[in-house]
Amino acid sequence: MNFSSFLLMRQEIALLAIILLLVIAEIFIPKHKKVSIIHLVIFLFGIHTIVGFFEIDESNLFGGMFRTNHLIHFFKNVLNIGVLILLLQSADWIKEKIVNQNKGSEFFILLFSSLLGIYFMISAGDFLMFYLGLELSTLPVAALAAYETMKRISSESGIKLILSSAFASGITLFGISILYATTGSIYFSEIAHMLTSANLTLLGVVLLFAGISFKISLVPFHFWTADVYEGAPISIASYLSVISKGAAVFILMILLFTVLQSLAHFWENIIYVIAIATMFIGNLFALRQQNMKRFLAFSSIAQAGFILLGLIGGSQLGTATVVYFVLIYIFSNLAAFGVVQAISLQTGKENIKDYEGLYRTNPKLSLVLMLALFSLAGIPPVAGFFGKFFLFTAAASKGFYFLVFLAVVNVTISLYYYLLVVRAMFLRKGDNPIPFFRNKIYMRIGLVITVLGILLLGIYSPLYDYIYELSSAFN
Amino acid sequence: MDILSLFIVVPALTVLVLIFTKNLKQARMVALAGSLVQLGMAINLLFSYIKEREINEAIMVFTKDVVWFKNFNIHYNIGVDGISVALLLLTAIVVLAGVFISWKMEDLPKEFFISLIVLSIGVYGFFISIDLFTMFVFFEIAVIPMYLLIGIWGTGPREFSAMKLTLMLMGASAVLLVGILGIYFNSNADGGALTFNILEIAKVNIPVEAQRLFFPITFIGFAVIGALFPFHTWSPDGHASAPTAVSMLHAGVLMKLGGYGVFRVAIFLLPEGALHWSWFFIILSAFGVIYGAFAAIKQTDLKYINAYSSVSHLGLVLFALLMLNKTAWNGAILQSLSHGFMTALFFALIGMIYGRTHTRDVTKLGGLLKVIPFISAVYVIAGLASLGLPGFSGFVAEMNIFVGAFEKDDIFYRIATVIAVSAIVVTAVYILRVVGIMLMGPVKNEAYLNIERVRWYEKLGILLLLLPIIAIGVAPLWLSEMILKSLDPFLKGVL
Repeated sequence: MNFSSFLLMRQEIALLAIILLLVIAEIFIPKHKKVSIIHLVIFLFGIHTIVGFFEIDESNLFGGMFRTNHLIHFFKNVLNIGVLILLLQSADWIKEKIVNQNKGSEFFILLFSSLLGIYFMISAGDFLMFYLGLELSTLPVAALAAYETMKRISSESGIKLILSSAFASGITLFGISILYATTGSIYFSEIAHMLTSANLTLLGVVLLFAGISFKISLVPFHFWTADVYEGAPISIASYLSVISKGAAVFILMILLFTVLQSLAHFWENIIYVIAIATMFIGNLFALRQQNMKRFLAFSSIAQAGFILLGLIGGSQLGTATVVYFVLIYIFSNLAAFGVVQAISLQTGKENIKDYEGLYRTNPKLSLVLMLALFSLAGIPPVAGFFGKFFLFTAAASKGFYFLVFLAVVNVTISLYYYLLVVRAMFLRKGDNPIPFFRNKIYMRIGLVITVLGILLLGIYSPLYDYIYELSSAFN
Repeated sequence: MDILSLFIVVPALTVLVLIFTKNLKQARMVALAGSLVQLGMAINLLFSYIKEREINEAIMVFTKDVVWFKNFNIHYNIGVDGISVALLLLTAIVVLAGVFISWKMEDLPKEFFISLIVLSIGVYGFFISIDLFTMFVFFEIAVIPMYLLIGIWGTGPREFSAMKLTLMLMGASAVLLVGILGIYFNSNADGGALTFNILEIAKVNIPVEAQRLFFPITFIGFAVIGALFPFHTWSPDGHASAPTAVSMLHAGVLMKLGGYGVFRVAIFLLPEGALHWSWFFIILSAFGVIYGAFAAIKQTDLKYINAYSSVSHLGLVLFALLMLNKTAWNGAILQSLSHGFMTALFFALIGMIYGRTHTRDVTKLGGLLKVIPFISAVYVIAGLASLGLPGFSGFVAEMNIFVGAFEKDDIFYRIATVIAVSAIVVTAVYILRVVGIMLMGPVKNEAYLNIERVRWYEKLGILLLLLPIIAIGVAPLWLSEMILKSLDPFLKGVL
């Protein structure tokens, strides 16, 4: 391994370095100064995020096990920004609830390990690396979900996550082994040429797809989502719904468009059906939710259904619209989770009913949440509209007008429940509104970044053009 | 900055300034200044348009074209023809009148004016767009503030009405999205590039099957906001719950988006589809005309009466557009304008009456002519304009529509026209009935004797709306000439 290959793995190595540094810091920072570890982490990760934007070469390593190109690199940067915002938003919570129990650095180590797993997963060039990354990205999150050890519901959430994801990765592994059996290779580039539409191969594809669907929480593999989100700490729910889901969508896209491209006529049908089921079930279940975390859980299931419309669009257009949408979705959802986090930390309230009259006491927070919800609902001129419009365009470009029609029906349904929250905040006065409070500086920075993203990412068109150019990588 | 982009920029700046206002006084002054400038721009645009038209033969003038998303060939592309100039003027007047009418908005004034102006950005943008995508964006921007406007400042079952209205309109716009995508992906039928540009698509021969498939989708997508029967149900509830200025803006301007969109997109781009489907939608709209009129008779709430009357009048707009000839189209545009002024005036007056008497129930009111003569007299005038008395704008519009409709010498069209015409009689019934019960006779309630006289800002609002009604009625030719000249390109496809 020479210097240039080090450079190719720059992101991974840097993150690993941060993790190791945290281990050392944990040893040397005295007990009463543990809070400073939060500043250290945000500082280090901020630098890591900024450095990430320097160009990276396109190449393969380890005989094709690890590969990187501009799109993958771009996506890692997107995830970095997401994690950075997440760190900013949860800094206060970590300070108050985690560091005091003297388990602050472990939290970050686990979080970054999971991110490292995601890096390897989306950079994978063969199924071995893919599986390693998948596991590394999932296991630490289960520990994190159970992190509030004093709460039973948090432990329950951890158990649920570890059981269902272990099951899911078992299925994925089974699918991979069947594909290996039929093609005799685990390398993406080789499998792509050796696929036949034999029944055994198709079974392998279905199992592989099912395994990844767990991570994206597509119907019918979504049952863990709401329970885990509700029990897990908000930062982790947010991580699961944004970073982990985004990465899983990305790797699914890579697999479908490169490895399984020759079976497109087959998986198009699967996606068609699953997209419809995911959109309808996610939306219909979201209608009656009272708890904000469960509400956002079902909303994020429904959003995953919309993403599938981009996948079915295929090719460069599909890749570009999906990456673009995921980017916007990260900002919108993080904004929503950020507000929920802020309010939960101050008052411990998490129900939609508690938000009644919020605008009159905390106008800024409720405006942020409204923008986030409008972006999720797809209302112009905020970014979510552009993301969704382009996803639908991708699906329509292949002539799936009926699917687009069902999707727009779902957009209307989703608008209803997003407006329910807006109704609580703006229309109602509330008997016992949440009193005015000020957020700490990190939370404010985190929210401001998301709001800027929501407002600008859509209107600023060169961004989409840039992503579109990068998207030629897989075609 | 070009003359049209100002229609987006000036309201946007107004909103920006409004954010920093502290109380009602500041907020309304900023809103007033902003909408005065808009009206000035609209009048200026009208004269520059007439001047420009003499030397410029293009379909759209004052065009500006900036690439936005180049991979989808989405442009920020704007321009106007006679129709949009007239509608822009309507919007500017109604917005200004709306600001006057909301002079005493005590609850969250800043937010109220911001939502109102954002709504007007959407409407302006919609009328000047040549690009389907941009048009769609502005369409949704115009709809969504309605939720907050009705929900926060409304009366009665405001939460329900706001939700119903928003969901029905956004649902319609979602359907519209399918139609727009359908048009987009057929815009390369002649071998060119995919485009959202309306003028480009109009030149393309979109395959007949595609036109027949996407016409009803696009038509319904727009016509819901134009209160097409049976998708009109959001309108009475929404209007009844909305605060005065919002009812004015909504019935006066926002509902015009429907007719305009149907004309500019569905009929202009999919003429074969229009020819194929017009019979079906003529039945719906003719039924809507008569249904709205009869429903208005049964109502006792002033706002419901006016809302159903809007359903009837706007049904006439769609009806005329579907007749697919120049006279009827001219009538449809005139009716849009006339109804815009008239209904905004009605809602303003109703708001004033309600503000003073705290009831909108016709049966509880009586003898208002004695206590608030100015408001009552204008109500009578507006009523007469609404039932199509010569000398007011309503007559000019309806005359054109029915003459145009009668140009079709098919038995089906004749019957439909006769049905639609008969609604005029019904209109007379509910207008005169309200005038009789509410304005004439003895004062029913002692408390009404002491109610406040009309204020200066209310007078200004009323006059702003009343003048155009009379102006169009007395001298319709200059306006209809401007509109007629712009109709020719639409005619090409449907002959």
